[in-house]
Amino acid sequence: MATMSAGPAKIDRQISLPMSQAMRIALRNITIRLGRALITGAGTMLGIAFLMSVFANTLAQQAANIEIPAQQATKNLWLVIMSLLVAVVGITNSMLMSVTERYKEIGTMKCLGALDNFIVKLFLLESGFLGFFGSLIGAIIGAVFVLLPKFGLWGSLDWGRFLLYLLGCVVIGSFLSIIAALGPAIRASRMPPADAMRTEV
Amino acid sequence: MARENDAMTGSKDGTPNAAEGAMQATAPVAAGDATGTAGTAIVNPATNGGASTNGGAANGSSPATAVSGARAADNYYGQEYIVRAKNIKKTFEVGGQPVHALRGVDIDIRRGEYISIMGPSGSGKSTLFNMIGGLDKPTEGTVFIDEVDMAQLDAFELAWLRCRKIGYIFQTFNLIPVMTALENITLPMIFAGASTDEQLEKGRKLLEQVGIGHRMHNKPSQLSGGQQQRVAIARSLANDPAIVLADEPTGNLDQKTGKEIIDLLKKLNKESGVTIITATHDDKMLDVSDRIVWVSDGRIDKIKRRDEVDITLGTLEGGVH
Ligand SMILES: Nc1ncnc2c1ncn2[C@@H]1O[C@H](COP(=O)(O)OP(=O)(O)OP(=O)(O)O)[C@@H](O)[C@H]1O
Ligand SMILES: [Mg+2]
Repeated sequence: MATMSAGPAKIDRQISLPMSQAMRIALRNITIRLGRALITGAGTMLGIAFLMSVFANTLAQQAANIEIPAQQATKNLWLVIMSLLVAVVGITNSMLMSVTERYKEIGTMKCLGALDNFIVKLFLLESGFLGFFGSLIGAIIGAVFVLLPKFGLWGSLDWGRFLLYLLGCVVIGSFLSIIAALGPAIRASRMPPADAMRTEV
Repeated sequence: MARENDAMTGSKDGTPNAAEGAMQATAPVAAGDATGTAGTAIVNPATNGGASTNGGAANGSSPATAVSGARAADNYYGQEYIVRAKNIKKTFEVGGQPVHALRGVDIDIRRGEYISIMGPSGSGKSTLFNMIGGLDKPTEGTVFIDEVDMAQLDAFELAWLRCRKIGYIFQTFNLIPVMTALENITLPMIFAGASTDEQLEKGRKLLEQVGIGHRMHNKPSQLSGGQQQRVAIARSLANDPAIVLADEPTGNLDQKTGKEIIDLLKKLNKESGVTIITATHDDKMLDVSDRIVWVSDGRIDKIKRRDEVDITLGTLEGGVH
């Protein structure tokens, strides 16, 4: 034993990986499990499509100089909130499934030196990507659905506002996706590797 | 997130016992040998014999003989303890009932040794594996890896240890299904912060070394069990660990493939001097082991060196107590 002279071996602290690495692996996971990703993304897409259609309707009515009754506005708001809630629950559910399905993989990564925060990052990024693309497509679909038949109003439409709404939809969709995945991601990261390995899925 | 959660807790007691004290008494000589001349190396076997006896006494096994002394003499590291487990106990709660998976295990493992842990199903092999590998925390007792008490490490240090010092091999291979063989091997190097060039070069080299260079771009699902295990072995060596822990590495393989995997592990053990600790049911593993540890019901039954074991396979399992 060389301990007398050398002392205990030096243990370093594990480095946090750069975001780009987590991004690469997250994107990889999405493209490989495309079916599951599409279903998760579709939930967000539908919720956001609805949100955008409400926005677009408002714009169209403004362009046509139609006053929106306060009652309808409140109703719309409720519908929007409900649809977003449904989307959030849907995303949380698919992230939970995705985490459960990948217990072993998570445990393996921790054995190979992954830090807890890397696992969290991985799942948040995955969900964030799905949320981003889901809501982008959803917002476009919602807008097209409402505005395409009303092309007569295009000239008088407030396009600046339209872009703002579009952006808002994408931000809300991505944000909600990340929030929805937070619980499952943290749960996954905290599992001791031994437990993760034991689970037979 | 979850910072403290993953850190090892448990006994913080690092006080050396009598046997350790005796071992440490020989340490200055041993340390001298590391840089010493051929002359000092000749003294080594005797020194080592003493150290081994102390280590062995703690485990209740018989004293070391000249054989292990000679073996250690041509490898200075042979007498350095890479793993020391002191009175490891692990109790699980299952439905309010305690299950004692480990009931007080002491084991010292030298650097470069090939150790097989044998025992019936449910005897606690995997649990011991998890404790030594820092994958779970003992309820009681201490595990030292390279003289470092694992209970004292925080989550970052533990992750570093798992990444650099220990390689893991599992019965079910546990490759990441969405990644190719090469990507699976480079993953631990990514975690270690290696550059892309280093990763690829080392990854290729390791795959060649385990004999599947030609399948490096295949996904695990496109590989046979034996090939997947070879990838897993290469992956375990990615960051040049001091220890490779293998939990039933041949458990999912047929006899012939299992033998190939065992031979590969032995070859790597000989060539790179990596310590190999396997938990196994597989009698084929006995022949390549330096020492064999039998556990039953959460305790160590006996520890024997390879040359003390009469290999008439089959009668072995029930061996003398
Ligand atoms: N996480 C856990 N929760 C509850 N009980 C556990 C847990 N892990 C292990 N055990 C129990 O501890 C005992 C030892 O289990 P262990 O997996 O270490 O056995 P083993 O020797 O590896 O068996 P095998 O050869 O079948 O792999 C068993 O009784 C098992 O049921
Ligand atoms: Mg087991």
